[in-house]
Amino acid sequence: MTEWLLDGLSWLPLAGGLLFFAAGSIGLLRFPDVYSRLHALTKADTLGFGLVAAGLACRAGSLWEVAQLLLIWLLVLASGATACQLLARQAREEEGDG
Amino acid sequence: MAEGLFDLVLAGLLLMLAGGALYGRSLYTSILLFVTFGLVLALVWARLGAVDLALAEAAIGAGLTGALLFAALARQGRAPEGEFDLACRRRGLAAAAVLLPVLWLMLSSLAPLAERDSPLPELALAALPHSGVEHPVTAVLLNYRAWDTLLELAVLLLALLGARQLGSGRLDTARPWPQLRAWNAHLAPLLVLVGGFLLWRGSSAPGGAFQAGALLAAGVVSLRLAHLLPPLRWSFWPLRLLVLLGLALFLAVAAAGAWLGQGWLSYPAGWAKPLILAIEVAATLSIAASLSLLVVGERREPAP
Amino acid sequence: MSTPLFWLGVGCVLWLLGLHGLLTLRNAVRRIIAINLMGSGVFLVMVALAIRERPGDPVLVALVVTGLVVAVSATALALRLSGQLARARKGDA
Repeated sequence: MTEWLLDGLSWLPLAGGLLFFAAGSIGLLRFPDVYSRLHALTKADTLGFGLVAAGLACRAGSLWEVAQLLLIWLLVLASGATACQLLARQAREEEGDG
Repeated sequence: MAEGLFDLVLAGLLLMLAGGALYGRSLYTSILLFVTFGLVLALVWARLGAVDLALAEAAIGAGLTGALLFAALARQGRAPEGEFDLACRRRGLAAAAVLLPVLWLMLSSLAPLAERDSPLPELALAALPHSGVEHPVTAVLLNYRAWDTLLELAVLLLALLGARQLGSGRLDTARPWPQLRAWNAHLAPLLVLVGGFLLWRGSSAPGGAFQAGALLAAGVVSLRLAHLLPPLRWSFWPLRLLVLLGLALFLAVAAAGAWLGQGWLSYPAGWAKPLILAIEVAATLSIAASLSLLVVGERREPAP
Repeated sequence: MSTPLFWLGVGCVLWLLGLHGLLTLRNAVRRIIAINLMGSGVFLVMVALAIRERPGDPVLVALVVTGLVVAVSATALALRLSGQLARARKGDA
């Protein structure tokens, strides 16, 4: 019973996460400049991936798998934020040069 | 059906990124797309069930090669290119006209291979209990075909010597931003931990000396680029020792086997596991040191 | 179409794409990228042959693992050489 319920519940965050990914990808393709594209992309990364990880955690077989998912999520979160900063600074410096 | 669709998307993405990496508008774009290509290729390996490869590719294809290419770009500067590269549409069409028949020839001669069975997997699995390890890929690398691995370490050393002869290659990196430094400082211990885990796991599951070495090298490179490590000099003797360690230990084991035991690179019964472990640890350190020297190694500048 | 056959084809196409780049491009760094793509194509063919049966063929996978490390060391050497070449040309001019 609980398994069945968890399985059903996991669809909600999974679908939400995919929605954020789709929105982020559309933003990446359609937005005009670097900053707004990064803005769209990082939203997709952090929130979308967080939701997907939460959905998958509902389906995980053991607590160990949940912990692994959590670790992956934290790593992606931190490295995504750092990479976004780096790209934005690079873009600003190039603008300053030109 | 769903799996076929996934394969199709993955293959399409792979080929598109490859095309972009070749014909990107600027060299910077090309390199960026090539790094992405490496990541997608790692996904392909994971999809095909070759987890060993996915681990190595993620560290090497996406990490180290990217750093190498960007360093080359920085050294080259914004060289004027483009006219040559972009005005060659006619040549591109001619090359495509030549290559399409070749594709047909290759496919028609390779396709029968996909149906044929190879006797090797059964042989490899049958001999596994005597090999000293439980993971077949590691058994192939360090027992059945240890000769190849030995020569491969020699190739790595030769490449390093060649790069060293070409000299200089000072890496002038700008002072990194505090956030990058902080994140790298947190990431490094984790990378060392994961590298050690991969090495230890290699005897029973995907992982091993090559993956661990590549991962450690990626960690060293990212620390160096964040200025958290002092410059890696070729002349620093502990580094040289590390570079030679793997090959030296491997050769010593091989020679001892030839002299005292049954022959070149055949381990005495019962000793396979400890010997393989020792060689793997030494090879990991060697590979990590060689790869990081290849990417961020510097020479001491002559005193002014 | 079976999975090994599909990826075999993708590997062939990748190899030829790299060869096409090698034939048409002039920039040294781009040519090195092209050679790397050809190498990836070869690896893909080998792994596609390795998964013909379950579990996969460990011999081919092990060969590709060593091949990856050799490829990156060769790339490093080639990039150094190209850098040296560019500097020599600049010195002449």
